[in-house]
Amino acid sequence: MAFEAIKKVLAEAGDIARFTARFFSEAFRPRFEFTEFLRQCFFIGYKSLPLVAITAFIMGLVITIQSRPTLVEFGAESWLPKMVSVSLVREIAPVITALICAGKIGSGIGAELGSMKVTEQIDSMEVSGTNPFKYLIATRVLASTFMIPILAVIADAVSLYGGFLGANIHGAVSWTLFWNQVFETLQYGDIVPSILKTYFFGFAIGIIGCYKGYNSNKGTEGVGRSANSAVVISSLLVFVIDLLAVQISDLLNLT
Amino acid sequence: MKAVIEIEHLNKTFGDNHVLRDFSFTLLEGENVVVLGKSGSGKSVLIKCIIGLIRPDSGKLLVFGKDVPTLSHKELDHVRSRVGFLFQSNALYDSMTVRENLEFPLRRHRSELNKEQINALVMEALGNVGLEHTIDMEPSELSGGMKKRIALARTLILKPDIILYDEPTTGLDPITGKEISHLIRELALKYHTSSFIISHDLNCVNIVADKIIMLIDGTCYASGTMEQLNQSTDSKIKTFFE
Ligand SMILES: Nc1ncnc2c1ncn2[C@@H]1O[C@H](COP(=O)(O)OP(=O)(O)OP(=O)(O)O)[C@@H](O)[C@H]1O
Ligand SMILES: [Mg+2]
Repeated sequence: MAFEAIKKVLAEAGDIARFTARFFSEAFRPRFEFTEFLRQCFFIGYKSLPLVAITAFIMGLVITIQSRPTLVEFGAESWLPKMVSVSLVREIAPVITALICAGKIGSGIGAELGSMKVTEQIDSMEVSGTNPFKYLIATRVLASTFMIPILAVIADAVSLYGGFLGANIHGAVSWTLFWNQVFETLQYGDIVPSILKTYFFGFAIGIIGCYKGYNSNKGTEGVGRSANSAVVISSLLVFVIDLLAVQISDLLNLT
Repeated sequence: MKAVIEIEHLNKTFGDNHVLRDFSFTLLEGENVVVLGKSGSGKSVLIKCIIGLIRPDSGKLLVFGKDVPTLSHKELDHVRSRVGFLFQSNALYDSMTVRENLEFPLRRHRSELNKEQINALVMEALGNVGLEHTIDMEPSELSGGMKKRIALARTLILKPDIILYDEPTTGLDPITGKEISHLIRELALKYHTSSFIISHDLNCVNIVADKIIMLIDGTCYASGTMEQLNQSTDSKIKTFFE
């Protein structure tokens, strides 16, 4: 029983790896579907922006409000901007962005490609002289790889703004003082690895959504299942990548 | 007359499921042939082998004299630009309007065309199926019969020499089904195409078929005109015409 389950997981991991290899072998050979890539960038970036911004804002606000009492206890209230900015930029904003995108973009791609597969639209593209792997998969994976880091940077900024408001609910921190402290605290070692890892988040979300949709089983039930497991697997991968990224930047002394 | 599709000893299995066994058949230029067979008998598999979407295990499969399973991508695309395919589920692109749906194959296979030429071809194709007014609609706004007509227009837009129809009338009411069948017949005459039609709708068979082949147990079990098969005493054939 357990053995069967493990075998299934490993087989799936192998399939995903093969799918990823196919992506690398096909995505960078002509012809490149530039218009479709831009269209996907618009959908993935622009359509997720409000959700990402609202969540980041609330996270910034809440984390600041929650951290305050502990710092006050130690008489270190003035450290609030420092502490909050590090945890927001290094961890919370990128991971929250990735999780929201895993939910929104991962399920969207999974369901869209799944229903295209079931209704033979993918076959139809192939018959019309289009490589569906380039047209549908490569463009979506690249778009999510490039757009999620941009969303994450926006989330960084918005969550810090939320932090500023949070710091001003009880105490009073001026606009300049807050941002001076934030930029004094944040080093390249905080910002660069946290942005780099969002590229991997974006890639993982795109490739899992596409893999699940492209290999959707026949029938409408299969479409729902691909969307669902796209979200589950890509959210899990976000955490795994995050763990690896933290370990690697630790080893490289980037912290 | 010249043969446009020649199939010899074609085999295809999925695991233990032996779908096509030693299937042989020839489609001549200008001919309208209907394939009759039960659901799950491998009709869609057969038609997808012809267009190169499914790879057969063994056998010869020539389209315009070219062996489809062995072609390179480029050669296959060239064959595909001369072969239309009407999918069982229409396969209209949900994210595109009717106009974009029709433009898609043109932009892909005929990149030398300019905007006006594309527009003229789109309007001609829509005129053929009598749906000019739907040009800016999305597929989700169309009825089943309209979707089928638009899909037919998209298939015809490249003026293919052969059209493969996968159950063009299934899921439509009998009257719309008849209209589609007449349309298929008319358009085949107008553009001098050969048609290879999968169906189990006897109305459709009556209207379009010059010749019928029976796909039973994965082989070409019998072939002939409607009258010939109708008079057959074989029990397997008889069940289709009762
Ligand atoms: N990609 C595939 N993988 C595995 N088995 C398949 C695949 N495609 C078709 N089959 C099997 O091949 C057989 C024939 O399927 P096919 O779709 O050709 O039937 P059909 O004659 O078109 O039926 P219908 O009239 O219902 O469309 C079925 O048993 C099906 O399960
Ligand atoms: Mg079928």
